[in-house]
Amino acid sequence: MDALALARSQFAITTVYHFFFVPLTIGLSLITAIMETIYVRKGDETYKRMAKFWGKLFLINFAVGVVTGLVQEFQFGMNWSEYSRFVGDIFGAPLAIEGLTAFFLEATFIGLWIFGWDKLSKGVHALAIWMVAIGTTVSALWILVANSFMHYPVGYVMVDGRPMLNNFAELIFNPHLMTQFPHTIFSGYVTGAFFVIGISVFHLLKKKNVDFYAKSLKVASVVALISIGGVILVGHAQAQLMVKQQPMKMAAAEGLWDSEDPASLSLITISDEEAGEATVDVRIPNALSFLAYNTFTGEVRGIHQLQEEYEELYGPGNYVPSVMIAYWSFRIMVGAGFLMAFLVLVAFFIWGKKKFKIQSKWWYLLTAAIALPYLANTTGWLLTETGRQPWVVYGLLKTADAVSPNVPKEFVMASLAVFTLLYGALMVVDVYLMVKFARAGVEDEPSAAQVKAS
Amino acid sequence: MDLQVLWFVLVAVLYTGFFVLEGFDFGVGILLPFIGKKDEEKRAAINTIGPLWDANEVWLVLAGGATFAAFPQWYATLFSGFYLPLLLILVALILRGVSFEFRGKVESPRWRSLWDTTAFIGSLLPPLLFGVAFANMLRGVPIDGNMNYEGGFFNLLNVYALFGGLTFLALSALLGALFLNLKTAGSVQETAEKIAKRLGLPSLALLLVFVVWTLLTTRATPAVLAIVFGVISLVALVAGLLAARARRGGLAFGASVLAVAMNVAVIFASLFPNVMVSSSDPTFSLTIRNASSSPNTLTVMSIVVAIFLPFVLAYQGWSYWVFRKRITAKVEDLNY
Repeated sequence: MDALALARSQFAITTVYHFFFVPLTIGLSLITAIMETIYVRKGDETYKRMAKFWGKLFLINFAVGVVTGLVQEFQFGMNWSEYSRFVGDIFGAPLAIEGLTAFFLEATFIGLWIFGWDKLSKGVHALAIWMVAIGTTVSALWILVANSFMHYPVGYVMVDGRPMLNNFAELIFNPHLMTQFPHTIFSGYVTGAFFVIGISVFHLLKKKNVDFYAKSLKVASVVALISIGGVILVGHAQAQLMVKQQPMKMAAAEGLWDSEDPASLSLITISDEEAGEATVDVRIPNALSFLAYNTFTGEVRGIHQLQEEYEELYGPGNYVPSVMIAYWSFRIMVGAGFLMAFLVLVAFFIWGKKKFKIQSKWWYLLTAAIALPYLANTTGWLLTETGRQPWVVYGLLKTADAVSPNVPKEFVMASLAVFTLLYGALMVVDVYLMVKFARAGVEDEPSAAQVKAS
Repeated sequence: MDLQVLWFVLVAVLYTGFFVLEGFDFGVGILLPFIGKKDEEKRAAINTIGPLWDANEVWLVLAGGATFAAFPQWYATLFSGFYLPLLLILVALILRGVSFEFRGKVESPRWRSLWDTTAFIGSLLPPLLFGVAFANMLRGVPIDGNMNYEGGFFNLLNVYALFGGLTFLALSALLGALFLNLKTAGSVQETAEKIAKRLGLPSLALLLVFVVWTLLTTRATPAVLAIVFGVISLVALVAGLLAARARRGGLAFGASVLAVAMNVAVIFASLFPNVMVSSSDPTFSLTIRNASSSPNTLTVMSIVVAIFLPFVLAYQGWSYWVFRKRITAKVEDLNY
């Protein structure tokens, strides 16, 4: 592998890994905040225990998310110095604003929340976890402002071959962001909700602390229902936008080698990327046109036509991303999404049961379903980021021209090895602790006699 | 006001905030093996920084982000050039961050001592390596006409830079000891006071040599402001050490904070208007002029900072107020 391939591998590994922790942080902070708010308003101690129990799991996850986020902030400069120089006038600002408006909020108020149970009033303490939840959302907003510029550059003028900030409002109201942000946030909420549902079902089957897990399941089911609906609706809008803004990504995701009007939706397509054709191709006629334009006709451009178009526009080169990654990650994401929508209804079915009585071992599938949002989140980002290749900033800078020219291959090899090993070890510890505390469950409610004795 | 100068000052202030705030919590981590043999004593020490360290570290994140936003060329040259030290810093910060969260999660002495070790190493390396990096930035490193560092790794290991690293390390440890002295009671406080006394003179000696060395060698004529900051730094540290002897814990900590802040100020004042000095050719140096973002970006960023920084300072300050009480090594008071 050359230095570029190594740097790309490192970015992929560290970013995918970081985003294992981010969605749960976004979702579980919201759910914990809702639980504590119910406690403050109703005075029901169970909700306080819920906030503490789910909050403890939140913190184990949060710690790894925070420290792996540091790498993200540093590695643009370390491995992608040409990129940093090229987009610095635009890209640095949202990163700095993220630190100022989001990280301080999260970091300060999580400290107040963990250590403040006896030092703050009930209301202020609940406010602290809301500040954390808001901080995670604001953080997602700013990093996606930066990311959206890479997909759909707006608000700039080219000066001496570099994009310079021209209109800040355009940058933060980037149409790409308007779908990307809600899609990401909703999927974070789904992740948190499935986490709580899965663990609650696990304990409901054990018939211990039924009231506690029943209430947890209720809160999470409501969050899950609203947010899976949000993910799917916004996802649809996002795909329609993709047809306009990044047609090549859509063509790859659909295995559509040649333009079609009306365009068909792929049921299963296996492509020979070398030859540039589909070897197996089963498609639903007109369906892609319908999804793209809400009518049964309309051209969706294919990979070959787009390649020609881009060669004319940007000069010779290969403008086709990995069709296999785009095609399959799109399908896995969408499939996982609809499966989750179904499972949310299943969770409501449990809610409808008398005293949440469930017995069949099949219910453990809901616990296993904790993995589904992770699968969807990861494949979603794989589609988003690999589908943009060969560009790092769409139409402006290619990934190959973005890497640090002065960092020796050996250095990148070293850092790639170090991060892979370190992250691997952290994953083992994190999963071990998560499983340990999730299985152990909440401590039994203190009986009246115990309360008296103490 | 000149926006590029303003942002140079802001970046300097952010790094100063980092070296002061995270400085003392690095210090607490460095002293962990020495603060007491009993687990409760170590836990008491960690609990003093438990609610604070994460927000302290955001000062570094913001300093990095602000450098990227306001001086992208500086960010690109520095971070790609000092690749290996930054890699080590990242590893250290990662290990340290999870140590605090993980160490109390399993009831086993081996588990705890594992995370105590990573917290120690993770706290020791960053001030040392940042000291080396900042000293090099000022001393000058080989930078070519395209603003790229071309010096390899061993170029960074010169005597001046290593001395800078040691100075930052010693000052962090001292701040940590004075902070523990202020924030704990009982055996931990007594040990911290002893450690602070022992660290006092060596730290002062290191600071004195580093400041004088910086003023005499990094420029043809030292900047007036740098001399002023240097004098304040040294006087403040002397005052801090005297206050520690007089058992005035608050004053000792406050004066030492000032000393550390002024030491960072010496570096930035000596650097100005450069941001990275090229030893290959002075005309290749990065300055606040050739490394900065456009006036448009700097204006937007200035407005954002003017709106949000007061809030940040207010709530972070408030959190210090909430956790102002001393912490004892009694188990029921401890979180971690």
